Amino acid sequence: MADEKEAAAEATPPGGAKPGPVGSPPMTPLEPGTGATPAAQPYGRSNTIGPGIVSAATAGKAPAAEREGVSRRSFMKWSLPVGWVAFSAACASSLVATARFLFPNVLFEPPQSFKAGFPGEYNVGEVDVRWKDAYGVWIVRNPEGFYALIAVCTHLGCSPNWLPAENKFKCPCHGSGFYMTGVNFEGPAPRPLERARIVLADDGQILVDKSVKFQSEKGEWTKPEAFLKV
Amino acid sequence: MATAKPPQPFLSRTWDYITETQIWRSIFRHGMPANNRNRVLVVMSNVFLHLHPVKIRKSGIRLKFTWCMGGLTFFLFLVETFTGLLLMFYYRPTVAYAYMDIIDLAEQVPLGIMREIHRWGAHAMVITVWLHMFRVFMTGSYKPPREFNWNVGVILLVLTLLLSFTGYLLPWDQLAIWAITVGSNMARATPVLGHEGPGSQLLALGDVKMVHAGSDARFALLGGRFVGEGALLRFYVLHCVGIPLVAGILMAVHFWRVRKDGGISGPL
Repeated sequence: MADEKEAAAEATPPGGAKPGPVGSPPMTPLEPGTGATPAAQPYGRSNTIGPGIVSAATAGKAPAAEREGVSRRSFMKWSLPVGWVAFSAACASSLVATARFLFPNVLFEPPQSFKAGFPGEYNVGEVDVRWKDAYGVWIVRNPEGFYALIAVCTHLGCSPNWLPAENKFKCPCHGSGFYMTGVNFEGPAPRPLERARIVLADDGQILVDKSVKFQSEKGEWTKPEAFLKV
Repeated sequence: MATAKPPQPFLSRTWDYITETQIWRSIFRHGMPANNRNRVLVVMSNVFLHLHPVKIRKSGIRLKFTWCMGGLTFFLFLVETFTGLLLMFYYRPTVAYAYMDIIDLAEQVPLGIMREIHRWGAHAMVITVWLHMFRVFMTGSYKPPREFNWNVGVILLVLTLLLSFTGYLLPWDQLAIWAITVGSNMARATPVLGHEGPGSQLLALGDVKMVHAGSDARFALLGGRFVGEGALLRFYVLHCVGIPLVAGILMAVHFWRVRKDGGISGPL
């Protein structure tokens, strides 16, 4: 080791080594043995690794390595941050990908919109329960047309039932009651049932879309797609 | 007294304030590990670190000596636990769903590589656990006082292989079903407890055999006479809960035993 240091010191061209990377002062080899103290090392400002490492790494070898173009110090100066940035990026992208894993692309649940047959299949003045189990929607036919009520209680989200004998929707959880129009009249429910978008599709069938909701208390039941006139 | 002190910089004052709160002091109950006493306290007062030795020989942690195989095996176990947990969100262990759920995990679910990470990790863990055993053998680290820990390790090896075996059925494809059929057929020949094994005739009440195809070790493993719904559910529960639980407990014992037996053994 000592021989190596002496050889390296002798091999340094007069006037010091060529300039180091960006803004660092020219490298000068340390005398063997003066080594590791921060006070003794002349290039503390450009030192990115720490005094101990730099002096140990460069004391004997750097000048010799510099003849081949890349010194150990300049290699470390760039490879360490690049390595850490790459490692951090890999960790962060893994984390993002893992979070994305929790949001499936394919759902095993009924679609939000569906075709509900032709208008002639519904009787005037009746609440139709045929789509309730599959899609959670009642379709009501009154003399003027159709509306679709979403079968979710506005109290805490249970599914009410249509009771034909009592002519009302009744929620089994806390007893909220709604008229055929969807307006609440008993129990804890604070507002009427919500209606879904209901239009005629190109093929003449009724199209119901639960992703578009109309709320009575916001005055939305008067909007054109909240009610299908026939 | 306060006037005699020079004004402290803002960051230093904030740091002092934070480190003197009850929350901080209830979590970090000792100073910085800058001296030997605090270094010992760090290890002794942390439930995870206390499994490890307070001090180890520098020679004992040389990569050339340990190959880091035990640590890598544990790391892979953690990888398997984490990826397995995520897979459980999508996989349903029933005959109707299992195969399609595996296909969906590759083709529909985001990051379709998750199941492959789990599978590669499983292969890698079997390899590293064998290499760990080989290293322990070649360095003589099984010798007293470490012979107890060697046996714990042997059980952990068997559990690792059983984890692979039970996980192998879950994709529910032809390879899985017939591999487990062949594998579980070996249980027919279990002495006394397998209906085709030696001594199974000994357990009988008069002419009525106690050990038959509907009551032997294979039946208990499969939950049926062939690899079907019962086997899939049993293997799933063993794979996800039963074996990892036992392995986790034994791993804690294994690591703690390393400490109690004097740390990683020295080079020969």
